[in-house]
Order: sequence, then structure tokens, then C-alpha cells
Amino acid sequence: MGVTRRLAPVLVLGTLAVLGRSAATCAEDDSQAIMRAHAAEDAAERAARWQELQHAIFGARSLQDGAAVIQIEAPEHALDAALVPITLTMKSAAPIKSLYLVIDNNPAPVAGHFTFGPRADPRTVKLRVRVNQYTFIHAVAETPDGKLYVSQHFVKMSGGCSAPAGANDAEALKDVGLMKLHLLGPFSPGKPLQAQLMIRHPNFNGMQMDPMTRDYTPARFIRTIDASYDGAAVFHLDADISLSTDPVITFGFLPDKKGTMQLVVRDSSNALFNHSFDVPAG
Amino acid sequence: MMGLAACTVPAWPAAVVQDPRPWVTAEVAPGIHIRRGVDEDVSASNDDAIANIGFVIGREAVAVTDAGGSLNDGRRLRASIRQATELPIRYVLMSHVHPDHVFGAGAFSADHPIYVGHAGLPRALSLRWEYYRTRTEAILGKDTVGALVMPTMLVRDQAQIDLGGRALELTAHGIAHTDSDLTAFDRQTGTLIASDLLFVRRVPSLDGSLKGWLKELALLKSVAAKRAVPGHGPTSVEWPLGCRDLERYLGVLLRETRAAIARGQDIDAAVKTVGLSERGRWALFEDYNGHNVIQAFKELEWE
Repeated sequence: MGVTRRLAPVLVLGTLAVLGRSAATCAEDDSQAIMRAHAAEDAAERAARWQELQHAIFGARSLQDGAAVIQIEAPEHALDAALVPITLTMKSAAPIKSLYLVIDNNPAPVAGHFTFGPRADPRTVKLRVRVNQYTFIHAVAETPDGKLYVSQHFVKMSGGCSAPAGANDAEALKDVGLMKLHLLGPFSPGKPLQAQLMIRHPNFNGMQMDPMTRDYTPARFIRTIDASYDGAAVFHLDADISLSTDPVITFGFLPDKKGTMQLVVRDSSNALFNHSFDVPAG
Repeated sequence: MMGLAACTVPAWPAAVVQDPRPWVTAEVAPGIHIRRGVDEDVSASNDDAIANIGFVIGREAVAVTDAGGSLNDGRRLRASIRQATELPIRYVLMSHVHPDHVFGAGAFSADHPIYVGHAGLPRALSLRWEYYRTRTEAILGKDTVGALVMPTMLVRDQAQIDLGGRALELTAHGIAHTDSDLTAFDRQTGTLIASDLLFVRRVPSLDGSLKGWLKELALLKSVAAKRAVPGHGPTSVEWPLGCRDLERYLGVLLRETRAAIARGQDIDAAVKTVGLSERGRWALFEDYNGHNVIQAFKELEWE
């Protein structure tokens, strides 16, 4: 994460310049040709961007086509740039050690990096993210022997990072750290089970400006989430400003017997939130 | 409304208008003139003149009941006012934070009016104005929005403004369509200027609280008005009959989103199933319903 953060931030104004340019060219007679030229230019820029990111995150390691390994489901046209639901599904039963979600054109592109523990069932992970401008999303699965597989998906929407937080953002801090855990199926010892974790957290990303004072709302966002079952790791998540307000994460785990799911969430102000949930509930 | 369409059709509007053409307005009640907004999102061809905006004439002064979605929209409204009366423009109401209602405010600055808003409006503008301005000017062109205008009179609960023999009763509402909704009631003619707490024909856009909106709507229904002026849709509807469709839509959104959550449906699945019985009953349904479901889901999943 430290590496990717130092990349030149893709500013919102960049998006808007593009938006304005295409709006202007629409009026011209040869708009189709111009649009095609821009599209080609954009495609080259996007490929270069991913090359740059790949190098920053994975160094010299090579990435293989992950079409048969990992699938990304996300809306093609996001309805709300500040809340884009993403589902990552493993298409093979091969074990997965870790999983990266990269939103290429976001200011902090690595939206999340899951490292799975012995109690994980990594086959399906869902999360909600902000999307700052039209972008490729890349998911990279890492196998225990260190191989990397990549899949990509394009999302059309912009403004999710600078978009003002929900109308209730002041209220949100009141309950910061509150958590809920829903089990999404019947509990059966030894069988994998999906769970949905909800966390109250504004995830302020530091990109919203007050035009009167020219001040930005200070960033305060979730940095890590650790889930463990009876003391054995399910996952560790390194997160960043791309997670939506009030993050919701769906994950799988392998409960061997009735037990306790423990969650430890740490944010960028070093606030620590702990919650334990009985499995099955009650 | 709050959405911003990206690449829409024709040429740039003239950025500087010397002699703005007055809008055509309807006199929905004696002295209350309303310009109907088009049922579209902002585009280079509509100047963001998409909300119902207008003015109320008293014996001594005029109140603008929303200034419009761009400087040009506001200037044209001002020209309509000057056609109707020479009385001073003493008040400009800012019904809530959305750009189609406040970006025309700068067109009245030479009149030195009192700008009236909800007590929550300065904060909402602080958080959003820059974002809205950049996105709107990307579509309409540079300097089409003007400088930020902050309200100079804040309404916390209730207030009155006097136009000379005519009082407008103002109400600052709890979080509903947005967190800065202000309505005006002209008791003299029994006219409720509801702004975006009332959508008719154009699909509502939810940017505050679904439960809050239903609560405020229930309160508004008890206002002894003969008619109401919606923020979008026809310039005037019977009251409270005219909120029937809105109430039904919000009710469907509430029930079906709750049911989806109770079934354990994900937010992306809910977007595809909730509110579909309302399709075909509203303009711009496809552009806003999914967004509304996301807002409702976020609010209701914590119940």
C-alpha cells in the first residue's frame, strides 16, 4: 500500500476535464471520429496505467491471465459512484493465499488486499467501493506457491471519491465502529458458511473540500480488518480510502464447530474496534 | 433531483446573455408565478432549467421561490419578474442544496435580496457546492454557475417573511429529500410551495432519508392548502391529492427494500428488483430508481 500511495494521484479535475472535452466534441460534425480518437488514446493510457500499477504493487513478478481463476462482477454503469458493489468469485477450487482488488484510476488504487487464514473459504468475497472516474478494476489472486492470476472489468461512473458523503455523515461518527454480522446460510460444523460484516464508519477520504474555508474534511478511514474464528485467522484485510461509507464485506469461513467470530478493525486515526459474534447466532 | 447527465447533444449555450429572454410562467394563484422545468437532467441544451421555479408578488416586494439551475436560468426568471412588476426583489428562497434550485441565485445579487435557507443549508452547500459546480460547468460551460451564494437568513423550524400584506410561512424540514428542505406556504391563496418534497410525474430522487421523507410528507399533508407547487412536474397540483403518486412510490421503495434486506438479498440484487411496479409511471425512472434503491438500502439495512 505504501508504494501505491506514492503514485501520482489521479485528481478529480482530470475526470472532469475529460467529461467536459467529450461534451464539447459532441457538438462537432466529426464528433464520432474525435470520440474514437479519444477512446484509442484512453485505451493506451489505461494500459500504461495498469503497467505502472502492476510494477508498483507486484514488482517484477509476472501475472497470468486469470479468466479461468477469478471472476469480477460489478455493474457496467454504476448507479452510485460512492457505492459500487463488487463480487469476486474464484472459478476453480485451487487454494488462494491472497486477493487484491485494484481500482486503477482511484487516488489510492489498491482498494483492498485480503490475506486468507486457515479458517477462510475464499471462494466468494463481496465489498462496496468508491469509483472516482471511468476505470478498469483488476482482481489479482495469489496462490500459495506465489503465482498471480489477474482478471479485469471496466466500470463507467465517476465522482465517487469527491462526492459528498451521505447526508448523514455527521451522524455516522456517532456510531463509529458499530458492527453487525449476518450468517447467510444454515450453520453446519465443517461446512463453509458465508457471512456479511457491516461496519459503521464514515471512511472519510480527505478529498471533500469546503469551498468557504478551502479546507478538506480530514481523512479517517478503515486501514485493517482482522477476522478470526476461535482464534484461527479467517482473513486480514488491508483497506484504503476506496471502501464506501459504512463498509459491508461478505466473506466465507469454515467453522469446524460452534464458536466465536472475532473482528478487530483499526482505522487511520488508530481507533480500534473489537466485536465478537457467536456462531451460530444467539 | 441531483443527477448530471454527461454527454448530451447540441452546441454550447451562449455564456453571456445581455438581454435575457423572460421565461413563460403560469400564475397558479393570484400573484404566484411558476416556470415549469423540463423533465430532463442538466444538459448543454437546457441551461439546467429543469426545476419548477418562480416568484410571489406582495404589495411591497417580491420573493423568488428558487432561483434556478444556472445563472442564465436565474437571469431569465428575473426578466419574467420585471415583466410582471417593478417591486423590489426582497427575498430569494433556496429550497435545498441541489444545483437545479440554487445555481441561479447569483443572478439576483444586484438586487441585494435576503437569501433564505434551511439552517442546515450552509453546511450542505459547504460540502457539495464545489462538486456540483465543477460537474455542472463541465456540461454547461465555464462561468455558468457564478459564485457561491450562502443564505443570509436561516430557518431553523418556522419563520415568516412579509411581502407587504402577504406573509409566506416557511418551514425547515427534518431530513427528507435532502438534509436542507425548506417549504413555503401562502395562506392568503392556500398555496404550498413544496419544492422537491413534492415530485409529480418526474421520478423522485432520494438524497436524504426515505423514512424522513415519508414523515415530512405526512406532516405536509395536514397543511390546509388548496394546491401545491411541486419542485418537478406540473406547476400546480391539488393538495393533498397531488402527492398520492409520490407517497405510493416512497411506500413501495420502503416496503420492497425492507423485504429484500429481510430475504438476505444483496444491494446489487435489490437494485434490479425493487420498485419495478413503478416503471412506466414516471419520467426518468431508469435514471433514478436504482440510485434511490441504493440510498434506501443503505438507510434500512441498519434498522
